[in-house]
Amino acid sequence: MIEVHELYKSFGSNRVLDGVSFRIEKGESVVIIGRSGGGKSVLLKLLIGLITPDQGSVRIAGEDIGKMDERQLMPVRRKFGMLFQSAALFDSMTVAGNVGFVLDREGRFSEAEIARRVAEALEMVDLSGTEQKKPAELSGGMRKRVGLARAIVYQPEIVLYDEPTTGLDPIVADSIDHLILRVCGRLKVTSVAVTHDMRSARRVAQRILMLHEGRIYFQGTPDELFQSADPIVHRFVHGISDTRKDFF
Amino acid sequence: MNEQARQWINAALEGLGQMALLVREVLYSLWRGRKSGRDLIYQIYFIGVKSQSVVLVTGAFTGMVLCAQTYFQFHKVLMDTASMAVVAVGMCSELGPVLTALMVAGRVGASMAAELGTMRVTEQVDAMRTLATHPVDYLVVPRLLATIFAMPLLTGEAIALGIAAGMVVGVELLGIDRTYLWANMVRYTSVTDLAIGLVKCVIFGGIIAIVACYKGLNCGEGAEGVGRATTEAVVHASISVLMVNFFLTLFLTRLVEVFL
Repeated sequence: MIEVHELYKSFGSNRVLDGVSFRIEKGESVVIIGRSGGGKSVLLKLLIGLITPDQGSVRIAGEDIGKMDERQLMPVRRKFGMLFQSAALFDSMTVAGNVGFVLDREGRFSEAEIARRVAEALEMVDLSGTEQKKPAELSGGMRKRVGLARAIVYQPEIVLYDEPTTGLDPIVADSIDHLILRVCGRLKVTSVAVTHDMRSARRVAQRILMLHEGRIYFQGTPDELFQSADPIVHRFVHGISDTRKDFF
Repeated sequence: MNEQARQWINAALEGLGQMALLVREVLYSLWRGRKSGRDLIYQIYFIGVKSQSVVLVTGAFTGMVLCAQTYFQFHKVLMDTASMAVVAVGMCSELGPVLTALMVAGRVGASMAAELGTMRVTEQVDAMRTLATHPVDYLVVPRLLATIFAMPLLTGEAIALGIAAGMVVGVELLGIDRTYLWANMVRYTSVTDLAIGLVKCVIFGGIIAIVACYKGLNCGEGAEGVGRATTEAVVHASISVLMVNFFLTLFLTRLVEVFL
């Protein structure tokens, strides 16, 4: 479904990705972990063509998206749904306007059908009845759920999650994890999430890729990751910093 | 040439090139893309209806001051009744379209750049792209069409009110004979003056929308980036309008001479 081959990306003199390669099969739920600023979000944006790689290729269902321009990418992106770290809701629209945006743009459905599908998507994320609210009236967790409803309303094949639980309290974060599992289970989509929330990663992943110094340093099941004796993996998983104790 | 000047020229040329690519994308979208009448009507309302007050006030006071100033000079050579001819020609072919464009660049251009810039820095533009929607189709084209549609109407209003206000000042305040004032104005003002003004304002509308949308969609990060994009949109659009106006005046006047 997704094939990434020798991907390189730099911003100025800062090399963020240094030859990343991996493959994600259809229906798989993969979590990419790594330190903040380590290129996880950049990798996710490369998967959907929001930024272009310096070198290497990203293939979605066999199509190399690196060679496509913005208009050629549009039908490929129709296969994706993406939940942004900040939810990135359109603040001039209501919740219903946000969730139904794609359906409205496509012009294939009647207003009643769009309203029905929007209500269905909002029900899936436990936000029924919020259609007329504006994003500014919602809490952080609610915004993420509306973002998720917007990403799944048109039944994409792949859903990308950029830091889905960052900035949320543990209970709301837990509910987001459950929603991700619910979406995977009900819609049978391929999921790719980037996070540094290890609890969330353990819960939603079938396979975990660890990004370290611009490369995939580790890949395996959540159990393999948590039992790994590799010092870098161990330190990251258990949140052990290497700050010098005598620094202060 | 020092390094700083070379970098400045490179940046300016790169900006022009990217704006040309935006225009190409807009033309493609107009030809092939799906247009939303609802978005267009909203933008016409925002750009056209909501800009009326500022444009009308500008037009009225410009007509008034132009009439008064012309009268003060013409009175010295006993040409009082020709004052409104100058006002009418000036308003139709130069001041009407230019001042309307400057007002619209300030009000609408700033708003467009700030709105699109904020959408960009809050990842709303990226979200739109992930939803298989081209930002040019959804954000730029309705704003461009609405500005191009609204500008002649706003300019027409500014010209009409400027002339009317000038007449009031000339007749009621300065005591010029209304019959001769009117007759001279009609005699020396032609339809081509008005046509030149309307052609100009359509082009100015296109410039304002393209510059503002370009600045918004390419703004830097954070509040500072949005602020800078907004300022640059107004400044660059206004300067472009003034520069293009000069060349349009030469070109359109020559065109009229050749064909009429």
